[in-house]
Amino acid sequence: MSLFIIYSLLPLVWLFINSTKTQADLISTFGLWFSGDFVFFENVAQTLTYDNGIFVRWLGNTLLYVVLGAGGATLLATLGGYGLAKYNFPGKKAIFAVILGAVAVPGTALAVPTFLMFSQLGLTNTIWAIIIPSLISPFGLYLIWVYAADSVPTEILEAARVDGASELRTFFTISIRLLAPGIVTVALFAIVATWNNYFLPLIMLSEPNLFPLTIGLQQWNLQGTGVGADPIFNLVLTGSLLTIVPIVVAFLLLQRFWQSGLSAGGVKQ
Amino acid sequence: MSVTTAPPPPVRRRGRPGRTQFRTSLAGLGFMAPFLVVFALVFLAPLAYSIYLSLFRDQLIGGNSFVGFENYLQAFGDPKFWDGALRVAIFLVVQVPVMLVLALVAALALDSGRLHGSSFFRIGIFLPYAVPAVVAVLMWGFMYSERLGLAGNINSFVGFDLVTPFTQQWILVAIGNIVTWSFVGYNMLIFYSALRTISPDLYEAAGLDGAGQFRILWSIKIPALRGAIVIATIFSIIGSFQLFNEPNILKTIVPNLIPTYFTPNMYAYNLSFVGQQYNYAATIAIIMGLITAIIAYVVQLRGNRKELS
Repeated sequence: MSLFIIYSLLPLVWLFINSTKTQADLISTFGLWFSGDFVFFENVAQTLTYDNGIFVRWLGNTLLYVVLGAGGATLLATLGGYGLAKYNFPGKKAIFAVILGAVAVPGTALAVPTFLMFSQLGLTNTIWAIIIPSLISPFGLYLIWVYAADSVPTEILEAARVDGASELRTFFTISIRLLAPGIVTVALFAIVATWNNYFLPLIMLSEPNLFPLTIGLQQWNLQGTGVGADPIFNLVLTGSLLTIVPIVVAFLLLQRFWQSGLSAGGVKQ
Repeated sequence: MSVTTAPPPPVRRRGRPGRTQFRTSLAGLGFMAPFLVVFALVFLAPLAYSIYLSLFRDQLIGGNSFVGFENYLQAFGDPKFWDGALRVAIFLVVQVPVMLVLALVAALALDSGRLHGSSFFRIGIFLPYAVPAVVAVLMWGFMYSERLGLAGNINSFVGFDLVTPFTQQWILVAIGNIVTWSFVGYNMLIFYSALRTISPDLYEAAGLDGAGQFRILWSIKIPALRGAIVIATIFSIIGSFQLFNEPNILKTIVPNLIPTYFTPNMYAYNLSFVGQQYNYAATIAIIMGLITAIIAYVVQLRGNRKELS
């Protein structure tokens, strides 16, 4: 197990150590220990201000995509999964079959036509090109479906109905609380998916001002190769570190929720 | 996900026909509606459009015209497509079992309860999943580098080129390592969660019957994990066939080692966004989609059949 943990954490340790080095020391000193000048804070400052603070802009974009995309995905999945679990309506089985079938189709098959469609709608190079496709999380829908079937007793809904509460009101006052651990889990995985999204922004965006962090970092890395190279590897590494810190913190803080959400939902037999 | 899982029991409803039933079924549809609308826009419409595109071709003479299955015939005779398809197939056969076995071993070790600080291990091994592919590849790419990274450090330590990830014969292994690093913790968590659902009574009963650790592993834990293993396998198969991020980002570091058709997904991407051959790119994507769906389906059937016997 210790080998496992070393394997898992070594690259992250390496990343941290090397974000404390100057570009020259990065090349000339041993990778797994601190040496040369300790310039971590200078690196952070330079990362945040380089090219008129474009990194901060990318961070803001990423946050926007996460809040609207992952937030929306969580909301749609929660409503839909709850509807599937707690209501009978015509066409329910067909709807579910179609969703499952479509999920089996790899994203690849959809990327090109989605791009062409969006470009005809004038949506490429806008934030909507990133947000709209992020809104669908079939895994999230499934998780909430299983979770709601278990954790929201039908009797409560019936009682609320007898009391004359509307279905939506029942949902927002009663059901949503019972679903909370499931919702946190779905939100967390949607946040990771949106935060780490690479393929979608890569094809949809060409305007650097709209880039999320992932594409921006890749752009910086590209600067170091080819003709007229202007390598800024120290900034690439420090930027990478800054990119993963918020998501790692989110996972650590919400640990209790997502672990119980997962074992209750997605992988239950 | 749910392909292998029995749906939850249907909602039991007392026989109360009329208004209430109508109202609730309307409400159910209402809850589903937002998801369905967006789903149609970002899943169904592009899928239909993709199939449509694959049946046409932009020609110098006559412009855009219907060509039936000609694009498909072209793909079947295209060595670049087969080169990429073969590469992801090799990747699948080697990387997926290695990763899943590692994840299984880690999950069983965590579950055995004899480990101190198991929650530290659990979160530590899972952590790489939260690292974006871009950062993962940049990190490993730097570490692989003989000029900047650990590989160079090791080589100068031993005095010859011991570790050379950036060579023709090792590059696929190098990519496999990055993918394994990223997803082993995720799969471990799936297995671990399934193990936690086993009732302690079972272990107790097994203990009374005099079953040893190995017997418990073989007769209780592995069968309980079957569904989780099938799910993880299907996810990994889909992931392998879609392999794109890692090689495509690594390509910027070692452009000469990774051709534009390294994986079918990269081939389709380059065809459409560099070569403007949208129709052919859509065809490649659909073929890969079909292959993936068929293999995933077969795995699921096999997994379920074992469950019956």
